Amino acid sequence: MERSSALIGSLFLIISISCLINPILAATYGSGDGYTVAGRVKLDSLATKGFGLSPKHSETKVILNGGQRITFIRPDGFFSFHDVPAGTHLIEVSSMGYFFSPVRVDISARNPGKIQAALTENRRTLNELVLEPMKEEQYYEIREPFSVMSLVKSPMGLMIGFMVLVMFVFPKMMEGVDPEEMRQAQEQMRQQGIPSLSSLVAGRS
Amino acid sequence: MEARFFLRFLLLLSLLSLSFSIYEDQVGLADWHKRYIGKVKHAVFHAQKTGRRRVVVSTEENAIASLDLRTGDLFWRHVLGKNDVVDQLSLSLGKYVLTLSSRGSVLRAWNLPDGQMVWETILQVSNPTDLLLHVLGNVKSGRDSLILACNGGFIGAVSSIDGVIVWKKELSVDGLKLKHVFQPPESDTIYAIGFIDTSQIALYHLNAKTGELLKHATQSSPVDLSSEISVISIDSLVVLDSTRSSLLLIKFTDGTITHHHKPLSGIAKDFSDTAELIPTKLNDIFVVKTPSSVSFVKVKGDNELELIEKSDQTGIVSDSLTLSEEEQAFAVVHHSSNAINFQVQINGREVLTEAIQIEEHRGRVKSVFLNNYLKTDKSHGFRALIVMEDESLLLVQQGAVVWSREDGLASISNAVPAELPVEKEGVSVVEVEHTLLEWLKGHMLKLKGTLMLATPDDMGAIQAMHLKSSGRNKMTRDHNGFRKLIIVLTQSGKVYALHTGDGRIVWSYLLTPLLQSQRCPSPSVLTLRNWRVPHHNALQENPSVLLVGRCGPSLESQGFLSIVDSYSGKELETLILDHSIAEVVPLPLADSSEQKLHLIIDNDLNAHLYPRSSDSLKVFIGDMANMYYYKVENAKGVVKGYAFKEGHGTGSSDEYCFSTRELWSLVFPSDSERIVATARRKMTEVVHTQAKIMTHQDVMYKYISKNMLFVATVSPKATGGIGSAGPDEASLVAYLIDTVTGRILHRVTHQGAQGPVHAVVSENWVVYHYFNLRAHRYEMTVIEIYDHSRADNKDLMKLVLGKHNLTAPITSYSRPEVTTKSQSYFFTHSVKTIAVTTTARGITSKQILIGTIGDQVLALDKRFLDPRRTANPSQEEKEEGIIPLTDSLPIIPQSYVTHTLQVGDLRGIVSFPATLESTTHVFSYGIDLFYTRIAPSRTYDSLTDEFSYVLLLITVVVLVVAILVMWAMSKKQDLQEKWR
Repeated sequence: MERSSALIGSLFLIISISCLINPILAATYGSGDGYTVAGRVKLDSLATKGFGLSPKHSETKVILNGGQRITFIRPDGFFSFHDVPAGTHLIEVSSMGYFFSPVRVDISARNPGKIQAALTENRRTLNELVLEPMKEEQYYEIREPFSVMSLVKSPMGLMIGFMVLVMFVFPKMMEGVDPEEMRQAQEQMRQQGIPSLSSLVAGRS
Repeated sequence: MEARFFLRFLLLLSLLSLSFSIYEDQVGLADWHKRYIGKVKHAVFHAQKTGRRRVVVSTEENAIASLDLRTGDLFWRHVLGKNDVVDQLSLSLGKYVLTLSSRGSVLRAWNLPDGQMVWETILQVSNPTDLLLHVLGNVKSGRDSLILACNGGFIGAVSSIDGVIVWKKELSVDGLKLKHVFQPPESDTIYAIGFIDTSQIALYHLNAKTGELLKHATQSSPVDLSSEISVISIDSLVVLDSTRSSLLLIKFTDGTITHHHKPLSGIAKDFSDTAELIPTKLNDIFVVKTPSSVSFVKVKGDNELELIEKSDQTGIVSDSLTLSEEEQAFAVVHHSSNAINFQVQINGREVLTEAIQIEEHRGRVKSVFLNNYLKTDKSHGFRALIVMEDESLLLVQQGAVVWSREDGLASISNAVPAELPVEKEGVSVVEVEHTLLEWLKGHMLKLKGTLMLATPDDMGAIQAMHLKSSGRNKMTRDHNGFRKLIIVLTQSGKVYALHTGDGRIVWSYLLTPLLQSQRCPSPSVLTLRNWRVPHHNALQENPSVLLVGRCGPSLESQGFLSIVDSYSGKELETLILDHSIAEVVPLPLADSSEQKLHLIIDNDLNAHLYPRSSDSLKVFIGDMANMYYYKVENAKGVVKGYAFKEGHGTGSSDEYCFSTRELWSLVFPSDSERIVATARRKMTEVVHTQAKIMTHQDVMYKYISKNMLFVATVSPKATGGIGSAGPDEASLVAYLIDTVTGRILHRVTHQGAQGPVHAVVSENWVVYHYFNLRAHRYEMTVIEIYDHSRADNKDLMKLVLGKHNLTAPITSYSRPEVTTKSQSYFFTHSVKTIAVTTTARGITSKQILIGTIGDQVLALDKRFLDPRRTANPSQEEKEEGIIPLTDSLPIIPQSYVTHTLQVGDLRGIVSFPATLESTTHVFSYGIDLFYTRIAPSRTYDSLTDEFSYVLLLITVVVLVVAILVMWAMSKKQDLQEKWR
């Protein structure tokens, strides 16, 4: 209960802040058959740059109920929907480069003006309707910086690696072979004409 | 054990390919993105002395945009919501763009340079009718200027700096409609003129600073007033009476209303009684349009009317443009035989006439917006934005078209792929690499790029090389099927062919002017289909597309067909039909010249066969017994199935006309279910395998039927948007219906769910997206349907060796037992449209293409929507590639095929196969267009552009050197051995 009253309080705060900017909000709030849902979108660069939005963020849209209504954010990140009927609604934020969780907004019919909000992705309740991105979205695959390992792991690298292995390890293996056997094997090779790896291996075991 | 290891390796590989992803430097290699705005309906020029000149426009597609006047490029663009139609557009203080939208209730200000919304004000509107937006330039309360928004009897004055409502006034008079608001210079009084019903003229005096009503006067009119007015000066206007045969000249001087009644026949003899006033804002001149002519009438003195010009052609008139205090100009555009005449008049005096050549395929001029500039000799020069019939936007200046924008492409309604011509012998191949040195250089650069050693300059060079090479813009077919044409139909009825290489327009064709000259008064094109897709035996024939449309606005009006060559855009044949068009049904049959058979169903449920040739008739009649047609009547909640039979219902002897016979009907209870969505498989989809091998070498047979229809219904209360119904009163029912027999294959109810429903059907599955009210999240459900009757047939070896008895065809006549598997997952975003990738042979795994609310296209692997996902998959299941169950579908940012781009107002996604099995073309359209090629399982059948030939070369060299060294070493050792 305390939480919800805090929510109402903060909503009032938001509304009153936006009223300072725009008193018409106060006039429509609670009047008519709908309510005003006002909130704020908080993007990192908003905080650092203050009021100036980068062109990318001027494209940020706030969407009510899957496209019933669309509004844009102001330079300070505030947005509002007017004349929203009582009920449970869904607010989505579309902003390139950020992932926002949709927000479930309950407007109580019995208790006019009582608004509750919760993120649908993680069911976190919002004390005030301040929408922050859950994470930044990186649309491109990051190229891994050049490393020897990546070269070695490539098919070509593997081939070279195997070659090197053959170059250095096989002679070592040969060393362990009994000279008698070696001669035998060489004899065999000469008989067959073509030396083959399988016969070598077979000859060893 | 090895097999297991191999499987694991495969799994690893496939997990890597779960997401479509590209590197930043690959942008633009296979994809292109075009931004458009749509058909311009308002344009305001920004009068700025220095810097970049702009024009701000609002369009029918509900976009507002700022364009560079010099090049036509976009500075910024916003697309408003569907219900938020822009009614008025204006500029204020030279730095804000004002829009009045949502039937006059939302006033927004946008920053002109960057398009950032500055403020938004809601005006309480009781009865929205005629909307006026008036920026008062000379009321200086501080540095602020006031914006007046009028609506019926409501006037609101809004500060232009912060959007605060300074005052508002509801003139509470029943039936009052304000028509004109003005403020005489150097005055603090605002005058508002309106009509009360149709009989009275009212004038209100308001204090500009407070909105206080100072005075008001009404006067009854001698005639019934229509709503057509033309403002001829700041304090006078002309109104047409309701019989359209006379005019009333109203003047408001010093707070009094004087009016003069003038019959139209007094101006010119032959004014018929269907005159129209063109709403212009010209100085002392108004324009009367009759079906045969356009007349310009000047008002002289108090009540003298003088006809200054009358032209027999119907011209298009621009709004007036104030040049100086006493000079006002307007433009008139007429069509002459092969050009348009652009005429500018200042105070009724003709100052400029230019004949401008405009391509014929753009059709007629629809509207003109005039702008002036100062020439070096201080005289006025004029330029104009012209909107053409095909919705393109042109800037004309000095008798020539400076730039043009193909904004018709913002309203695509239909898109089909088409092949390019085969490369003929003798046509030289694009010289890709000239010398070996250049080739090597190029590849060294690429190698540097892959090894992250490249400087930014090198990166640029690589990018340029990529774009230049590979001949992706050639006009011929390529081996991989990457180069194709996308043929699109737009709302204006124009057909464009776009090249998949770079999105350029290869040809365009506007059908309507051609038809208008025949007996088709107001043609509108409904749909576009592939008409002829030549295969190997008819390769000498050009492929062609079919356009089907109606000649009039009503559903009963007769239809027309037009066949257009896909290579050249030439019209091959146009037929005006003598029947109406309800639906076009493409049949899976073709005649001997590879023309696809189409049935056109008319409103009386008769089917007409096209093409009309004895050959096609023979083909159709041979297969008629197996042809069925179904019809979904959304309003009635009925799905009906029909068969065809010979003979026309009305007894005519047209042998190409067949009547239909109702076979079955499925009636959904109207009190509990409303049809909200239907979906079916693409006719052209290819399925590679009929069986699905499960774990433990178990086999399930897919129920693959082209006749499967998905229907979703919701309870009537939940048909509104989200927020209109509670979870207890909403339910969604999904059906899978066989359209031949009407049999319901599967039915599932989702309690507490509602639309909008978006669905896609492919192979043996359907995926649909809807809203779950209980969880208050979107959900996606997959239903896979399997043929149970063949389940006993489990000999895997026989299947692999092709000895399996698959001769028993899948048929809708038998009633096989079917089983379904289903699973639901949460999905974060709202969805605008949904599609599935299609490949040439259907071997490549599928991805679901989801157009999200953020206008992006997400490629989601079908395996995430596998109904067999479990929380703890067993070892076997893991090996098979089953992903552990999660409650929601992952959104991997790298799998957005549109990467950092958005397809504004996304409406549709089309996927069509390339010749290369691994690759599919994806074309998405809205206001913007976006095309790319994706490989849902990576390009397993070809080397990618990324493949480094130099690295291969180096490896080969290293290997050769190593062999030589080894050889030398072994020789040496051999020698030593022998010496020993």
